[in-house]
Amino acid sequence: MNNQSENLSRIQSSLKRRNRSEALFQWYGRTAIFIGLAAVAVLFFDIISKGHGAFRATYIKLDVHYDQSLIGIDNLADAAQLVDGNWAALSKAAIRGNFPDVSGRRDKRKLNKLLSNGAGFDLKDRLVENPQLLNKTEAVWILADDDIDTYFKSWLDNNPYDARLTDKQVQWIDDLYQQGRIELFFNANLFTRGDSREPEQAGIRGALMGSFLTLIMTLMLSFPIGVSAAIYLEEFAPKNKWTDFIEVNINNLAAVPSIIFGLLGLAIFINFFHVPRSVPIVGGLVLTLMTLPTIIITSRAAIKSVPPSIREAALGMGASKYQMVLHHVLPLALPGMLTGAIIGMAQALGETAPLLMIGMVAFIVDIPSGFSDPATVLPVQIFLWADSPERAFIEKTSAAIMVLLSFLIIMNTSAVWLRKRLERRW
Amino acid sequence: MNKVDQSTHKSKENTSEQKLNSSPKQSLDLDKNHVTVGKPFSDDSKMTMRNVDVFYADKQAIYDVNLDIAKNEVIAMIGPSGCGKSTFLRTLNRMNDTVDGCRVSGTIAMDGENLYAPKLDVVELRARVGMVFQKPNPFPKSIYENVAYGAKIHGLADSRVDLDEIVENSLRKASLWEEVKERLHQPGTGLSGGQQQRLCIARAIAVSPEVILMDEPCSALDPIATAKIEELIEELSQNFTIAIVTHSMQQAARVSHRTAYFHLGKLIEVNPTEQVFTLPEHQLTEAYITGRFG
Ligand SMILES: Nc1ncnc2c1ncn2[C@@H]1O[C@H](COP(=O)(O)OP(=O)(O)O)[C@@H](O)[C@H]1O
Ligand SMILES: [Mg+2]
Repeated sequence: MNNQSENLSRIQSSLKRRNRSEALFQWYGRTAIFIGLAAVAVLFFDIISKGHGAFRATYIKLDVHYDQSLIGIDNLADAAQLVDGNWAALSKAAIRGNFPDVSGRRDKRKLNKLLSNGAGFDLKDRLVENPQLLNKTEAVWILADDDIDTYFKSWLDNNPYDARLTDKQVQWIDDLYQQGRIELFFNANLFTRGDSREPEQAGIRGALMGSFLTLIMTLMLSFPIGVSAAIYLEEFAPKNKWTDFIEVNINNLAAVPSIIFGLLGLAIFINFFHVPRSVPIVGGLVLTLMTLPTIIITSRAAIKSVPPSIREAALGMGASKYQMVLHHVLPLALPGMLTGAIIGMAQALGETAPLLMIGMVAFIVDIPSGFSDPATVLPVQIFLWADSPERAFIEKTSAAIMVLLSFLIIMNTSAVWLRKRLERRW
Repeated sequence: MNKVDQSTHKSKENTSEQKLNSSPKQSLDLDKNHVTVGKPFSDDSKMTMRNVDVFYADKQAIYDVNLDIAKNEVIAMIGPSGCGKSTFLRTLNRMNDTVDGCRVSGTIAMDGENLYAPKLDVVELRARVGMVFQKPNPFPKSIYENVAYGAKIHGLADSRVDLDEIVENSLRKASLWEEVKERLHQPGTGLSGGQQQRLCIARAIAVSPEVILMDEPCSALDPIATAKIEELIEELSQNFTIAIVTHSMQQAARVSHRTAYFHLGKLIEVNPTEQVFTLPEHQLTEAYITGRFG
């Protein structure tokens, strides 16, 4: 009896200590999670606050007179004439028409600088689409120059940044604002145009297409190769020193820094096989090297998770090993394999270093339309823009990061969803 | 009694067995010259095994087994767990081939044909010798697909109608048809444990094998499901030769014609089931069936 009550009091006193350490441990865990979430929140806040501006661009409303003599062409259907036309004269005439008092070469040039230097070409496209406008006048919202865009947005935020503008330009913008002729609109150019030296004309379409083509290439190569390798190693290969060696080296390969794969790709694909540089084919090849280990490892795990009882059932029915794999193991392992492939693709989508090595860092204006067109990819585009001196590229960089992150989040969520959705429980 | 229990440990094999071995005519020196007592042979044999040894890498699991399985008999294999019943059963359809490092020596023949001959195709063998496993393992496909699978891979059905017929007949033979005919296209994994096991039996008999191997087919089932399977085994024995491993002596007594008792990889005694459970010839058999170890 005595002994029991003594034990009880000991248990009770130790209980307090145990509860305290558990509470402490939980507190550590929560703190860790909080720090992690806070870091993510800060990152997102920073990127979004910097980048959200890029989704809108400054436009100036001007009365444009499509004066045939000014452009200097007589046939709108003649492509050669279109190229030679003096389109810039249209936008220049339009802005001067709005500020008739401005005189002097210097001021006139500053006035022209309010508009994007691609403004004339936008007017050309509009005229070619609507030929009946020739020699007519209409009000058009014309894209403003990036310095104007930066100033106007900062001025709207009550924190004007006018370092790159003259006092007169600031005055003109103010005038335009009074007349209701300057406004922010959705920046479609961001999604429809390729890269440009002029920030207001630069878009991520080229990089998106490049990323898309490169990823397709990577997926087409790495998924079949990775899955076949995984199936062979799991189901058919004898378990011996050689397969152990291969297994260890696949794991090693997964840990190799990606830039090494870039160098390897440069040496093998470009210098030896003479695949052209900067194209999605070679990008896909290099990223395949990089994602193969991931796909092989996740596919093997998926194959391993198929219960041996299913294999026995198939073999016991007289299925050959190949039939067992094809009819039973593969369908059950496929969701896991797909999840692995998506995660591998997400890695590949975010990869920059190896692509720098194979020339996908070039400044490319044209939007690639095939696997052998020079291209760049989204993360490399971000790298290029982050490196540009123009202030307007800061928000573009963050906007491109937002787009890249959304794709990554979508891919990773769909991987999780797919796993939850399709994975079987035995 | 404790001494006997320890006999499952290899190192003490000899000492404990010698203590058991009181009568000299039943030499329990389980080395080279061990001989199976009872009636291991048959005049009308479906499968014959002579001098069968099985090794897992360097470890021997089956020692010099000689046994005939007669046509259309149900032979039960009993013995303490780890004594090699499953290993022995799996030599009969070469499922041991799938285990790395497993090696079988001796001769095993079915209708006089050596099952381990180099030119024999295991795919054909397993169509002739079906197997039902310990844990019900239907494919995660529909009930129909489960039963049709063997016929499909072996090309047994010429048309969809043929296949439907095979599926229905097999399910009827497995006494499952009435329960599942309304939901043939629902997953087989959605059935109860006992139904799943009968589905596995239907799947096995769909290719009309000559022999069916069953490795503790009821060990994962409740008593009612077990009773159904036992009833089924009795019916099936009219058309098939059945070798069943069981850890339940009552089950062996209920379903089998002959019983083989294994001990530490050796076949100790084979006799008509009645005799094994009433008048065992060997002391080890007696010790086992009276519950002195297991
Ligand atoms: N895959 C295997 N690899 C190595 N040893 C095995 C394997 N399967 C079974 N054994 C061994 O062979 C012996 C017999 O096993 P088993 O045939 O499963 O016995 P039982 O079915 O009678 O319980 C046991 O000692 C077991 O440890
Ligand atoms: Mg067993």
